Amino acid sequence: MTAVDTETRETGSGASPPASHDEAASGRASKPRGKRRLGPGKAIPFGYLVGPLLLLGIWAWGSAQGWIDPRILSAPWTVAATGWDLWESGRLGPDLLVSARRFALGLTIGVLVGLVLAIASGLSRWGEAIVDGPVQIKRSIPNLALLPLLLLWFGIDERMKIITIVLGVLIPIYIHTHNGLRSIDGRYAELAETLRLSQGAFIGRVVLPGALPGFLLGMRFAVTSSWLSLVVVEQVNATSGIGYMMLLAGTYGQTDIIIVGLVLYALLGLGSDTIVRLIQRRALSWRRTLED
Amino acid sequence: MSPSPTVKPGGTAERTRDTAPGSPAVALTDVVKRYGRGPGAVTALDGVSLSVAHGSFTCLLGASGCGKSTLLSLVAGLDDITAGSIDEVDRPVAMMFQESALFPWLTVSGNVEIALRVKGVGRAERRRRAAELLETVRLNGFEHKRPHELSGGMRQRVALARALAQEASVLLMDEPFGALDAMTRDILHDELERIWRERNLTVLFVTHNVREAVRLGDQVVLLSSRPGRVLHVYDVDMERPRRIDSTPVAQLAAEITDALREEVARHGD
Repeated sequence: MTAVDTETRETGSGASPPASHDEAASGRASKPRGKRRLGPGKAIPFGYLVGPLLLLGIWAWGSAQGWIDPRILSAPWTVAATGWDLWESGRLGPDLLVSARRFALGLTIGVLVGLVLAIASGLSRWGEAIVDGPVQIKRSIPNLALLPLLLLWFGIDERMKIITIVLGVLIPIYIHTHNGLRSIDGRYAELAETLRLSQGAFIGRVVLPGALPGFLLGMRFAVTSSWLSLVVVEQVNATSGIGYMMLLAGTYGQTDIIIVGLVLYALLGLGSDTIVRLIQRRALSWRRTLED
Repeated sequence: MSPSPTVKPGGTAERTRDTAPGSPAVALTDVVKRYGRGPGAVTALDGVSLSVAHGSFTCLLGASGCGKSTLLSLVAGLDDITAGSIDEVDRPVAMMFQESALFPWLTVSGNVEIALRVKGVGRAERRRRAAELLETVRLNGFEHKRPHELSGGMRQRVALARALAQEASVLLMDEPFGALDAMTRDILHDELERIWRERNLTVLFVTHNVREAVRLGDQVVLLSSRPGRVLHVYDVDMERPRRIDSTPVAQLAAEITDALREEVARHGD
């Protein structure tokens, strides 16, 4: 069909130049000069929403066509209605609040601990000798495997849940901040020395800003890790929270409520990642990377 | 820029450079610097003696690997000497590098202010003095830009402003204009010369560019390669401001280049 189309256009335009050529020429002319040919190109507005929306579209399309069995995966509108009902009846709000509180508390403590450990280990050889090994050991032990022990030590109260999240968060913060810190150009340290900066000023003015790219990357992992840990602790042993709500729904075969929980986790995860990315873009505006 | 290319080398210098005769700002005596130990040790500098008069402009010249940057870090106190002694009458010293000389996360003003912050200067006073120094290097109006928004020449102007903010009377410069184009470098030579005179600084300037050394220096110290030794000290008694393309500068530069070539040829690289 297309082949015929171009053929007629080309043969049909005897006097004027072929339309297809004309288009190509104007396309080339409108290209801004000095545009970067390699690299990902210009940023798409709200580009980070395209993938998730596409996923949602496929889900909605499949449900509407009847390809997806509602017993296996409820339609998006059923999930939305269920979510609204849960919210209206006051069942969702308290659970959401409890989960959000655990997330925020675990994340904050985990980030602080990870940051302090990373600075201690990054700036002092003794700090590294003491801190780095245990962190790497913890890194290779999944939180799920630690859970029975944590349960024995701290019981089933909030303390145990927060500690589990903290353990999940501090690892990526430590790894990436430490790496960011160590990859600061040695000449900046030399420069700081010729400026006779004090240790405090060196940390505040050189080390922390220099390690910020690494820290923020760690932050993106930490935020996700925090939600993941939350799911684990809420489904293993809890009497409140989104995970508990899903666990309960599972025993009664309420697929739609389970999906509401999953969607909430996804939205919260995506939302917090977006916030970190926005901070990243603002705070790292001094860098010139492929991102710009 | 007043062109005065007719003065021959060896002509009378208008500027009397010894404000206090016989008082060097920096004196190096038999300085030895070795890296490593045992048979694998590398001798970077071997018995370097050098006297830098107060208020003078000294250029250290040599092929790559002659240890001229090492010499500068030793004077700056960034590294320890193996043997010999370095006497600095005028402490502290300020240093300026070729690259990465600015913190990219700080603004232009912030990069200058950091040198003042160390001295405990208050916030408002820091702002004021940074603006003043940026005016000295003709960068007023760029206070809030980030280093990546500036050209190479502008970045080195900021680095110079910061070095001045340290208020050291000795300024150590490690190929500060090495990465710049000839035009920008030429302009910055004039600026540096003006600031050096205005502030009565003692400058120790490392370069591998012979003409640049002759353009700027009161004395040009030629170093040998591996290990670094002082081969020859040329006194440049030419009227200032000089032009890098003037005949006397070119003549002396040619003479020094010949000596440098001979030295490089002896090492086969």
